[in-house]
Amino acid sequence: MRENGVGEREWFVQRTSTEGPDYFHKVVDCQWACPAHTPVPEYIRLIAEGRYSDAYMVNWKSNVFPGILGRTCDRPCEPACRRGRVEDEPVAICRLKRVAADNKDDITGRLPPPASASNGKRIALIGAGPASLTVARDLAPLGYELVLYDGDAKAGGMIRSQIPRFRLPESVIDEEVGYITGLGMEMRLGSYVDSLKSVLDEGYDAVFVGSGAPRGRDLDLPGRREVAGHIHIGIDWLASVSFGHIEKIGRRVIVLGGGNTAMDCCRTSRRLGGEDVKVIVRSGFEEMKASPWEKEDAIHEDIPILNFLVPKAFTHEDGRLTGVTFEKVEPRFDERGRRSLVPTGEPDQHFECDDVLIAVGQENAFPWMERDIGLTFDDASGMPQVDPVTFQSTHPRVFFGGDAAFGPKNIIWAVAQGHDAAISIDKFCKGQDLADRPPPGFSMASQKMGIHEWSYDNDIANDLRYRVPLRDKAVALKDVKVEVELGFDLEMAYREAQRCLNCDIQTVFSEPACIECDACADICPVDCITFTENGDEDDLRGRLNAPALNTEQAILVSGDLKTGRVMVKDEDVCLHCGLCAERCPTGAWDMQKFLLDMTHAGGTCR
Amino acid sequence: MTYITKPQLHHPKLAANSLGYTRRDYEGSVSTLCAGCGHDSISAAIIQACYELELPPHRIAKLSGIGCSSKTPDYFLGNSHGFNTVHGRMPSVLTGANLANRDLIYLGVSGDGDSASIGLGQFAHSIRRGVNMLYIVENNGVYGLTKGQFSATSDKGSKSKKGVVNHDAGIDLVMLALQMGATFVARSFSGDKAQLVPLIKAALAHKGAAFIDCISPCVQFNNHVGSTKSYDYVREHNEAVNRLDVVVPRDEIQVDYAPGTTVPVTQHDGSILQLHKLAQHYDPSDRVGALAYLQARQALGEIVTGLLFIDPEARDLHENLDTVDVPLNSLNEAELVPSLDVLAKLNASLR
Repeated sequence: MRENGVGEREWFVQRTSTEGPDYFHKVVDCQWACPAHTPVPEYIRLIAEGRYSDAYMVNWKSNVFPGILGRTCDRPCEPACRRGRVEDEPVAICRLKRVAADNKDDITGRLPPPASASNGKRIALIGAGPASLTVARDLAPLGYELVLYDGDAKAGGMIRSQIPRFRLPESVIDEEVGYITGLGMEMRLGSYVDSLKSVLDEGYDAVFVGSGAPRGRDLDLPGRREVAGHIHIGIDWLASVSFGHIEKIGRRVIVLGGGNTAMDCCRTSRRLGGEDVKVIVRSGFEEMKASPWEKEDAIHEDIPILNFLVPKAFTHEDGRLTGVTFEKVEPRFDERGRRSLVPTGEPDQHFECDDVLIAVGQENAFPWMERDIGLTFDDASGMPQVDPVTFQSTHPRVFFGGDAAFGPKNIIWAVAQGHDAAISIDKFCKGQDLADRPPPGFSMASQKMGIHEWSYDNDIANDLRYRVPLRDKAVALKDVKVEVELGFDLEMAYREAQRCLNCDIQTVFSEPACIECDACADICPVDCITFTENGDEDDLRGRLNAPALNTEQAILVSGDLKTGRVMVKDEDVCLHCGLCAERCPTGAWDMQKFLLDMTHAGGTCR
Repeated sequence: MTYITKPQLHHPKLAANSLGYTRRDYEGSVSTLCAGCGHDSISAAIIQACYELELPPHRIAKLSGIGCSSKTPDYFLGNSHGFNTVHGRMPSVLTGANLANRDLIYLGVSGDGDSASIGLGQFAHSIRRGVNMLYIVENNGVYGLTKGQFSATSDKGSKSKKGVVNHDAGIDLVMLALQMGATFVARSFSGDKAQLVPLIKAALAHKGAAFIDCISPCVQFNNHVGSTKSYDYVREHNEAVNRLDVVVPRDEIQVDYAPGTTVPVTQHDGSILQLHKLAQHYDPSDRVGALAYLQARQALGEIVTGLLFIDPEARDLHENLDTVDVPLNSLNEAELVPSLDVLAKLNASLR
């Protein structure tokens, strides 16, 4: 607040505080959106330089499974990507990650060595999926004695059982799971844990539950029991395919459900003999839970997606499934904008089929947890009570992470939660306060190399997003184990990498040096810099050279300049081209690289 | 110098004018001038003014001489006609071009060396002939390209970067333009686009010789203490006599200014200049008064800016010479080669 000269007090925007890691981290939209906060622009630059192993290790440190995630991640980074706001499509961040994994050298020498001595603490990890493996990755090098339990014969959890091989070859799973199990731990595979109490009774210092959301929802409709042999639960069926127990499906298949599991089910069906495969969904196409690119992939494989059809009954004849009957619905919105699906009154539709796959959601299941051991469950959801920051349950020795903690999400969330749970377990075992969680470390380093030279490539490429080449459809559909995406070749990878705007190279402003010559405002290709009178934030945002209407993006406001005005920079569509700094005669603008060092168990740098 | 080209990506909300052009379409190549040069701000103001006036880029001709200022037409209006003439000779070439094709919009860009030294005579004559143009001088008071000697517009008593005091009297191009009969005279400052852009718009819409003296600090050689053309000095001594809004004929006219503070001036093309008075008694229609005021303020060390003189009823060179109404390149053979009858009549009239 300050005087406006006539005794009235008005609100003005204070100088933006860029202390601490958050302000500049938020500017790196991809990294901010990534649950594990992977330094995306940093590894994309390394890919452009051909330093694939370095790019891989940057990823490995943050997200543990670069090769796996580079093929399967739900990519929250891409909708957040700034490129998507100045042009049609974001950078293909996910598939660039795969480039690092595919083209790296042998990196085994760069992995942390197994701990030379035990620290005397024993930790049980229940379920060998991405959450538990992340905890293991973080704790093993610190000397913890880890015991990894899983009902399956190999580690990997849903990565191995639910993701079809044509999207993720087994060799990639073996390699990246192997990097973790190679850090030294006891494996109790093929042994399903049926009692949490018995695990606790073994005297572990802590138990981490990363058992996922292993139960697929069923549809109890007329006919379900009569023809049970031809109606399958999606994730169970996918697991059976992955483990080689199922190799065929009928010619005509209906997949019920609109999520990513449904997309995996229909595409797998096409490879096991399904010629006429349909996905039939209750909701509209846009509201389907499946990621847009997974829907695209299904459509590309000639799988129609039919919407606004609610299954009513499985029809059968002489004990043989003949099809599914659907009621036609349409969306209706109430005054609060909530959607409901109401029958249109049109006659029911019947679709013939030989097999049905039900992929209408997943649930957690904790039948193996005793209810009298000090673990509190939420009555409504049936989920254990878990602290969202520390991932500790009401039983101090029991921690949760991944889908087991807060219901089905995806791998990258399991990884992020695994990192946090590992910090908690480490602190718990050392008798430290779990709530005391140090912020991540970060550094800012000027990228200036000469008067107009920067250590990063600031020339903005105009290329549109490159498509990942696919294997010929006729070949891809013949074998469920043939990977359908070929991945970017190195030339395409370079060009796609060049589309990255280097949002981690920050525009840092220093008022005392500014002479208000307007050079930066004049050169800025996206009009994001304005020199103007201060005001309250809404007013200021509206008065900029290009109004800053995206309030999710920060504005950087300077302190008072010599003329009494302030410099306001809208972070929204800044290209990070550095031209403001190049055209600044006094060095008031500098381009500085923001590098985040996420806190992991046992310290920040390992 | 910047090595990369300005990225093509632009703000997603960047608006197009009625011709379908965005402001970015009026840009030129990336400037090779020193970072922070006032000239680059003037280029940006010209771009903004042409975009707002919705001028078709291919109907504009930009002409310049030699010097830092005269390089700038490369940095704006990349799709317009351009002519980089010999040192100080831009006014003659512009006059010739204007006589040949009166339909183009002429923008002469010059500097204090190009116009106040080698081209002083050219400058004076193009103004006094009333060539229909905007003549803009990017005035930094120093020879930047040759490392900082005083130019003819350096004020007496000002100091060079090395500490040498200027003993010669400075030429005030605004006063010279007034004396030479310019019908639109303004002074502005590269660091004040809110003032400069409307002045450029009004001058481009003016029919007759329009002159803008734009003080444009040389960051490299004339932005130090003791300079009278530095950012700080100009900001401290800037006395704007008025503020201008330009209303082009297609805009809806909304007048909601307090009476007595604003004077509307209608130009030939129908554009209306809303002049908001800042200096109470300053009258921009009074040439003699303007000269007196400028001299009085200059003696006090003030830099008077704003629209200093305007004659909205001005005549231009073509009217004075009663030239043909259309560009010469549109005249056909019948018009250019009169018949024998016409020749006979002409000869008869001279007998």
